[in-house]
Amino acid sequence: MNDIVNNPLNDSLDNTAEPRYAIGIDLGTTHSALSYVDLQASDGEQAVDAVLPIPQLTAPGTIEALPLLPSFLYLPHPDELPAGERALPWSDTEETAIAGEMARNRGATTPIRLVSSAKSWLCHPGVDRRAAILPTDAPDEVTRVSPLDASTHYLRHLRQAWNAAHPEAPFDQQSVTVTIPASFDPGARELTLDAARLAGFTPTLLEEPQAALYSWIQGSDGRWRKQVAPGDIILVVDVGGGTSDFSLIAILERDGKLEPHRVAVGDHILLGGDNMDLALAHFVARKLSANGTQLDAWQMRALTYGCRSAKEALLADANATTHPIVVPSRGSKLIGGSIRTELTRDEVTAFITDGFFPRVEASARPTVRARAGLTQLGLPYAQDAAITRHLAAFLARQAGATAELEGFTGRVTADHTFLHPSAVLFNGGVFKSGILAQRVMDTINDWLYMEGAEPARMLEGADLDLAVARGAAYFSYARRGGGVRIRGGTARSYYVGVESSMPAIPGMEPPLEALCVAPFGMEEGSELELPGQEFGLVIGEPVTFRFFGSTTRRQDRIGDVLEFWGPDELHEMNEIQATLPADGRAAGDVVQVKLHALATDAGTLELLAVARDGQRWKIEFDVRTAAGVQ
Amino acid sequence: MTQQTNLPGFFSRLSIAFGALFKSLGDAEFAARVRDDGVGPTAAPAPVPAPAPAPVVKPAPAPTPLRAPTPDSALQLLSLFQREARLIDFAHENLTSYSDADIGAAARVVHEGCARVLREHFTIEPVRSELEGARITLNEGFDAASVRLTGNVVGTAPFNGTLSHRGWRAASVTLPQLAERHDARVLAPAEVEL
Repeated sequence: MNDIVNNPLNDSLDNTAEPRYAIGIDLGTTHSALSYVDLQASDGEQAVDAVLPIPQLTAPGTIEALPLLPSFLYLPHPDELPAGERALPWSDTEETAIAGEMARNRGATTPIRLVSSAKSWLCHPGVDRRAAILPTDAPDEVTRVSPLDASTHYLRHLRQAWNAAHPEAPFDQQSVTVTIPASFDPGARELTLDAARLAGFTPTLLEEPQAALYSWIQGSDGRWRKQVAPGDIILVVDVGGGTSDFSLIAILERDGKLEPHRVAVGDHILLGGDNMDLALAHFVARKLSANGTQLDAWQMRALTYGCRSAKEALLADANATTHPIVVPSRGSKLIGGSIRTELTRDEVTAFITDGFFPRVEASARPTVRARAGLTQLGLPYAQDAAITRHLAAFLARQAGATAELEGFTGRVTADHTFLHPSAVLFNGGVFKSGILAQRVMDTINDWLYMEGAEPARMLEGADLDLAVARGAAYFSYARRGGGVRIRGGTARSYYVGVESSMPAIPGMEPPLEALCVAPFGMEEGSELELPGQEFGLVIGEPVTFRFFGSTTRRQDRIGDVLEFWGPDELHEMNEIQATLPADGRAAGDVVQVKLHALATDAGTLELLAVARDGQRWKIEFDVRTAAGVQ
Repeated sequence: MTQQTNLPGFFSRLSIAFGALFKSLGDAEFAARVRDDGVGPTAAPAPVPAPAPAPVVKPAPAPTPLRAPTPDSALQLLSLFQREARLIDFAHENLTSYSDADIGAAARVVHEGCARVLREHFTIEPVRSELEGARITLNEGFDAASVRLTGNVVGTAPFNGTLSHRGWRAASVTLPQLAERHDARVLAPAEVEL
């Protein structure tokens, strides 16, 4: 970096300058990180990368640069902090919302002012994600923010941290990638892109499991070609702080080169490492309350931290039998007031290893309880905590994922009840525990053994905490032509619901047909037109469609109409809406439009209404619901 | 490092302070000596707003100017130790009325937190890489600031001896930056639950 300091004016004079850095941002549910590759110092697969330490408030008036930015936003009371105590190095005014470590600390004792898991809210289908709804349990006097605002705040913080550290290479002139869960629907992808635009830059989006694989490829220094071979199917198991995400990536050989293809992504599962710590903490709290000790919210948080380190210690060392946990007193009498307890191996095994990673059959499926009629407005957490059961369901659903792939024909027979992975890549801090990674491997290998297949191997050398940010930076670099690219296109096919034309039957809704508007695997930059169908849209009157997605229907082409589909095949998403503004036409006019599907370079999907004269309108995935507007 | 002065530097003082703290806790006789010397905790208020020690030193002969301590960094570190390890709470407790089990439980909090502060804000490495108990030779011109000779200190270099403590050196220090108007004397704010 020294050489840049010496000639700081090199690039910055020219606004259209070639980027100097490829930047990757892991915008996580609980933590965010920024990694970058120096494009000038990198060549081919030799990418020179680093992680940016992010200055943030860790206490009032105290700034520390940490490798991770906790994705928490604290909305302080006007009288809560003295003047000048919440300024960041780059801010000339007081921050009204505080992101990072101090937000997490403060918020633990004042949860009514804490915004957490904004990313999970960003893909919550039931709420208006642009409406100020967070924190959900805040009293009226707290100015709430929207999930979009919170994400924007984290991204802006990262941009400003970068600009403070690299004034010679402005952030918005670099090649930036932001990661998203593979399971994000088109609406959530677009919102992430919007958040970045509001934060002052236009990134490319990348799915997190792909980023993890990029990071592994980069970290292997070219040896990855020896560790995987054409025909391999890599299962990426990514268990983050708040979400679990699965992807399948097949290795193809084209023109003598290995080419990874992402062939399938899993559903959105709100279940992660933080749930595990919390489950343990509640268990220990119950143990304590049985002995007459009640914990308050502050102590609960200390207990959760204690449980986390006890869990990590017990899961790292197979011989340890117990680990002590001390909950410090809240007052200044540390010795008399502290509560000592301990966590035993049996408890960790029962709660974490067997609770979250049970050894189940390949035919196991997550249990789904019927939701109570009136559910509170909250995040749709996974109802079954067993990650292995979610994994079994994912592999079974994707049994045919490679059927059409070149070089893979005939590998999958009718006897296979699930898709057989041949290698597994882990990501996420949870898998720092060798015991948990081994449990997942053993479970998958049991399934494979029962179907007479070779055991899968674990891909070694993954960087579990920073892989996603690193991989994103490497992807930014690779898409400029510097390294290996993962192919695959869009991971779902999309449909709009069309009422079939049949005579009305009293008391029965007319059956719904699904019209495919975007097929599976659309490569970025491609645009398709829905053949035949034209829709009459009334200027100024919004038209809403029911919208569906499928992660398994790979054969449907654009324009195909489905009359029947399996219960698991199509998932309904938020309604989509087309509103044609007047734009020189008279309100009330009917315009004939055709539907186009466009896979953008940025990694999002767009649906467009295109009139005969070529005029185009975007169809919004993210419809403001009247209930969500406050 | 000015080698002429016999005064310990900031980090040596820090280490002495901790040594004395833990030794006082474990060794009643040592604690009594500390008390009798009059340098016990009661006589050691935080070196607060050190009113510019420069005029105190006689201006004329001053052969070795002393460096003024910077209380802010020390206070900041104390505040970190309090926040992460509850060190001030711990040091202010009277241990006589507690059982060893209670003290042990609290010591876990203090130990874990102190270790975290040291890990996150300092890179601490041994001065000598040899194992303790090993025979080592100190050649002429060795750094007397980083190696202390004890026992039969006679003759000239090279000195041969046994390494009884490896020593510690802070290879890097990264303390948080403070806002301009931040009052570092507040080591831990009072907490009021509404």
